[in-house]
Amino acid sequence: MYTHFKRFFTIALVAATCLFTSPVKADEPVQHEAQEVAQGVNEQEHKIEHKLEENEEKFNIGEMIMHHIADSHEWEMTHGVVIPLPVILYSADRGIEVFSSSNFHNEHHEYNGYHLVHGDSEQVVPVDESRKIYDFSITKNVASMLLSAVILILVFTSIANFYKGSKQKAPKGFQSAMEVIILFIRDDVVKPNVGPKYEKYLPYLLTLFFFILINNILGLLPGSANLTGNIAITLTLAVLTFIIVHLNANGNYYKHLISPPGVPIPLLLIMIPVEIVGVFMKPFSLMVRLFANITAGHIILLSLFGLIFIFQSFMIAPVISLFALFLNFIEIMVAFIQAFIFTLLSSMYIGSAIEEHGHADHGH
Amino acid sequence: MSLLTPNPGLIFWMLVVFLLVVFILAKFAWKPIIKGLKDRENEIQGALDLAEKTRAEMAQLKSDNEKLIAEANAVRDQILRDAKDASDRTIAESKDKAAVEAQKMIDSARDAIRNEQALAVSKIRKEVAVLSLEIAEKVLHRELKDKEAQEKLIEELASTARLN
Repeated sequence: MYTHFKRFFTIALVAATCLFTSPVKADEPVQHEAQEVAQGVNEQEHKIEHKLEENEEKFNIGEMIMHHIADSHEWEMTHGVVIPLPVILYSADRGIEVFSSSNFHNEHHEYNGYHLVHGDSEQVVPVDESRKIYDFSITKNVASMLLSAVILILVFTSIANFYKGSKQKAPKGFQSAMEVIILFIRDDVVKPNVGPKYEKYLPYLLTLFFFILINNILGLLPGSANLTGNIAITLTLAVLTFIIVHLNANGNYYKHLISPPGVPIPLLLIMIPVEIVGVFMKPFSLMVRLFANITAGHIILLSLFGLIFIFQSFMIAPVISLFALFLNFIEIMVAFIQAFIFTLLSSMYIGSAIEEHGHADHGH
Repeated sequence: MSLLTPNPGLIFWMLVVFLLVVFILAKFAWKPIIKGLKDRENEIQGALDLAEKTRAEMAQLKSDNEKLIAEANAVRDQILRDAKDASDRTIAESKDKAAVEAQKMIDSARDAIRNEQALAVSKIRKEVAVLSLEIAEKVLHRELKDKEAQEKLIEELASTARLN
């Protein structure tokens, strides 16, 4: 038993060091970098090939977890059942190129002058290092996002039909289930925090809540994408909230930033930078909170399942499954809580920016 | 580290898809849903207000009715009292009147009787005087003719006078 633990921790340590020592060094000269990257890529490729070969004996839990958390160019439902997704690339010289990611299934993961690099996450890299490409592929996350968008639109437009017409019926079934949540968001989250002009922001905040909620829940399904645990997604949501806050903020809010009332002038030297940092900390905290919560939940669940493969024992599986079941329930709760918190904080930020007078709660 | 590096392609798709979802849901879902919820709330509030108003009206009506009944009762009592008073008064008046009339009749009757009496007395006096004169004349006449005859006559006259 002890050797298993030892192995697990060494592997975890190695994975962690690999994870944190591989940032792209963007400051170095381009050509040198290109060469180095190419070399690094080849080395990594070799390593991965090597690992894949000895995969039969050794199970790398860090790799497994990263593979499940990271984005991918194909949707692996389960081992061997893979849906290839379209790769969309834009480059100045070749324009837009669209091809299936299944084209990369060959000896060198190479197709049409592009290379699919398996690092922590997959990346399409041109073989000719001097070319600059923009990757707009429909990745697993994008596909999952489209799926959630379709679900959201279908669900809520069908619910909306119940409310149309002059004579309303009493709510029933799925409609009343959703109505409870919509009313909760409207009456307990948006209305008290945004203030009297809440109706303008209600569509955005409702969509925000349900988008995060459905993607949190979809992310818990086996074989699904980790969308809300992806920093690009939470970044976009946080930036959208930031933009909405600052487009609608009144003069009061900006005046408050530059000259907080009741602060002596010498202190302003400290207060103004603090206030300005605070402005950017709000969306940053929104972004990191959602990302970290969802990713952490996935890592814990995957680690638990990974233990089964590390111990390679049937005895441990039921115990871990029970534990994972418990954690899954917690994750469902977290899915709701995080969607709620993101919406709540967004409405608080909007509310404090459009508040007419009085002291805004900054929500630091 | 790739975990913490946002992928520009994903940001692009996220922006496109999320904004589309926001606009589609705002137009086709949230707008009718929020409007429907608000309508329903207004309807319920309206119904509650109406019920409250109706209840107040009912209470008002009830108190009005009670007031009307009390008023009618008072009027009825007043009328009854008035009627009784009037009848009492009429009875008393007629009683008085009757008494006065009776007194008057008694008085006039008494007067008439007195007058008749006086008349009769004076008449009798006259008759008596005349009779006395006649008797005296006859007596005188007989006395002059016959003493016996005169005495007889006086007896006769005396007996007749007693009869009268």
